[in-house]
Amino acid sequence: MTTALKALVVKDLKLFFGDRRAVIMSFIAPIAIASFFGYIFGGNGGKTETSKIAILMVDQDHSKISNDIFAQLNKDKNLDTKAAGLEESRAAVKKGSAIVAIVIPPDFGKNAGNAFFSSANKPEVGVFYDPSHGAEQGMVQGILTGTIMQSVSKEMFSGQTGQVFIDDALKQVDTNSGLEAGDKSSLRTMLQGVQQWNQRTGTPNSGTGIAGNGGLTVPYQIKEEAVTARAGVQYNGFGHSFGGMGVQFILFMAIDAGIGVLLQRQRGLWKRFRAAPLSRTMLLGSRAISTTIISMIILLTMFAFARVVFGVRIEGSMAGFLSVCLAFSLMTATFGLLIAALGTTPEATRGLAIFVTLIMVMLGGAWVPSFIFPQWLRKVTVAVPTRWAIDGLDAMVWRGQGFNDAVAPVLVLLFSALVFGVLAVTRFKWEAEG
Amino acid sequence: MLEVKSLRKSYGSKVAVDGVSFTVGKGETIGLLGPNGAGKTTTVSMIAGLTRQDSGDVLIDGRRLQGDTDPVKRKIGLVPQDLALYDELSAGDNLQFFAALYDISGSKAKQVIAEALTLVGLADRAKDKVGTFSGGMKRRVNLAAALLHDPDILLLDEPTVGVDPQSRNAIFENLETLKARGKTLVYTTHYMEEAERLCDRLVVIDHGKVIAGDTLRGLYRLLPVTNILEIELDDASGLDLALLRELPNVTSAEISGSVLKAGVRDLSTGAPGILQWLTAQGRTYQHVVSERPSLETVFLSLTGRSLRDV
Ligand SMILES: Nc1ncnc2c1ncn2[C@@H]1O[C@H](COP(=O)(O)OP(=O)(O)O)[C@@H](O)[C@H]1O
Ligand SMILES: [Mg+2]
Repeated sequence: MTTALKALVVKDLKLFFGDRRAVIMSFIAPIAIASFFGYIFGGNGGKTETSKIAILMVDQDHSKISNDIFAQLNKDKNLDTKAAGLEESRAAVKKGSAIVAIVIPPDFGKNAGNAFFSSANKPEVGVFYDPSHGAEQGMVQGILTGTIMQSVSKEMFSGQTGQVFIDDALKQVDTNSGLEAGDKSSLRTMLQGVQQWNQRTGTPNSGTGIAGNGGLTVPYQIKEEAVTARAGVQYNGFGHSFGGMGVQFILFMAIDAGIGVLLQRQRGLWKRFRAAPLSRTMLLGSRAISTTIISMIILLTMFAFARVVFGVRIEGSMAGFLSVCLAFSLMTATFGLLIAALGTTPEATRGLAIFVTLIMVMLGGAWVPSFIFPQWLRKVTVAVPTRWAIDGLDAMVWRGQGFNDAVAPVLVLLFSALVFGVLAVTRFKWEAEG
Repeated sequence: MLEVKSLRKSYGSKVAVDGVSFTVGKGETIGLLGPNGAGKTTTVSMIAGLTRQDSGDVLIDGRRLQGDTDPVKRKIGLVPQDLALYDELSAGDNLQFFAALYDISGSKAKQVIAEALTLVGLADRAKDKVGTFSGGMKRRVNLAAALLHDPDILLLDEPTVGVDPQSRNAIFENLETLKARGKTLVYTTHYMEEAERLCDRLVVIDHGKVIAGDTLRGLYRLLPVTNILEIELDDASGLDLALLRELPNVTSAEISGSVLKAGVRDLSTGAPGILQWLTAQGRTYQHVVSERPSLETVFLSLTGRSLRDV
């Protein structure tokens, strides 16, 4: 009894590891593709640089303020800013080579200064943007607001143009008949205060003589920290991609295992099995065991590679990680059996099975993480077992969750395995010639 | 030993086996003879317990198979029609695996594998991959794989399909050895010569039905003619064939050129009569041959169709 079971399992393993194509497809291909996806989706934390947003600035003003805005934008670590002409910018955004273009109109400096103390005549800053990059456009506008605020206020409080504006503003206050006497005197006091401040902080003629951070600035700084496993550990794109690609290629391997059963039937080997005093459960069960073992070997090899080469650690519970791996492997093995049960000829079955698998891994979030799916899709894909496998691996690998968070994925995967297994045993065409 | 009773099996509306019955005694070799699609493989599958019959019974030593794990299955060795082997594994590894299916391992396995390979003459190729073997060699490994658990009954489903005459001869010698060892053989084929050479009894199947079941001798008796006598005459002109046909046990007479062909029902009584009659007519002859009709003729006369062109 155990002799036969062992022989059936060992035979499957021998055939798998003796098949160069199978080994390449199950080990080399997923590692290569996971490395690629991991690299482009964020790599390992801060070590690789995130790409900058390409923006263009059209300066039609050429004032001190507009020059300063350009300098500020140029310094921003998130932006790659270049000066350009108006039509050139429009064309570049249309073509997609720049994501946002900012147009500083003529007399912007003067008008902005005016508008700074009185709300009248606000100058317009033109923004061309690529509608397919809504998020980046929002980000650039945020940065732009801060930059303009800083540049204009700096000039108002310290620059040459500021002196002129304050003198003008003081005159306006005196001649404005709409203002009440009390208000007039308060405003005058404030403007005179600024005037005195400017004179006192030294050479008003050179903006550079003043400490670089003159002017109003956004009153906060953002300290970014991606929240992952533990403080100081950064999101590791490889953590996700190795899990995702492992899941995908292990499912492919399971398809081959299922088709292997169909091939055995076609080649008459199945007749020998059936002629021997062996139960049906053993015949299918042995295949489930060997597929589970191969799947575990693939997953552990992949994460060992990711650990050594990309520094991916199991930040969460190791027991949880192994449990998710095992539950997924069992689910995969019974999925393979289901293919063997429902399949007809090996050729016809392979294409359909690969299609179903690709849909499953796509909805499971193997290609792009499920957290960027729209809300409705995230809800729907809960019915897809691969989603639980990938989320479970994510939770244990880079989210650093404890064993408790492995329980739900493990249970869902085991339940799927049970359903697939029962379907496979009951629907298997025992008498078909293949 | 093996009793097959009114087996019936249909696939959809197609009746593959339609009430097949026969019995095989211990040490006996029975041939299931019939053209492709006659239902031979389906019959063998039902005997081995691979396919469940719609009705009828298979008794092995008086017992019916009870489920997949019935130890009675160990009494049967199946040689499938297909080359049921792993090309990727060596002959030895293939056999080791098939032995394990019958719970044979370790030194016992080594021993039975060596014996089986020796029997089929491939002991020196145990370490070579089956994929590198010729068709005939694969057929022999296919046979060896069914012998490991030392079954009493061997079910051989067209074990010589697609092999060269030399390999076929080798397989026949193997089977004769097994027969000499007292194994019961059920041999399916659509080759007449094979059935004639090996089998004690024949069951002729066509369209899922048994159309004749008897010893070779018995089958020949079904024929209107048991022998054709060919006599080369010095002068065949003017012979009265009608008179010849009236002789006892002579069924037919015709002349082609100078050769007289006469069909006789029984050689020992028919032949002397013909020769005496010729002498009485003053005819001389230089050469006499007697030829038996082949099983091919038996099949033809039973079904009205030739075996080969089906
Ligand atoms: N699994 C099956 N499904 C459908 N028809 C089958 C199946 N097996 C055999 N048949 C049909 O049953 C008939 C007998 O087949 P088979 O027993 O293989 O004949 P033989 O072995 O004498 O060539 C054939 O017509 C064949 O097409
Ligand atoms: Mg057949």
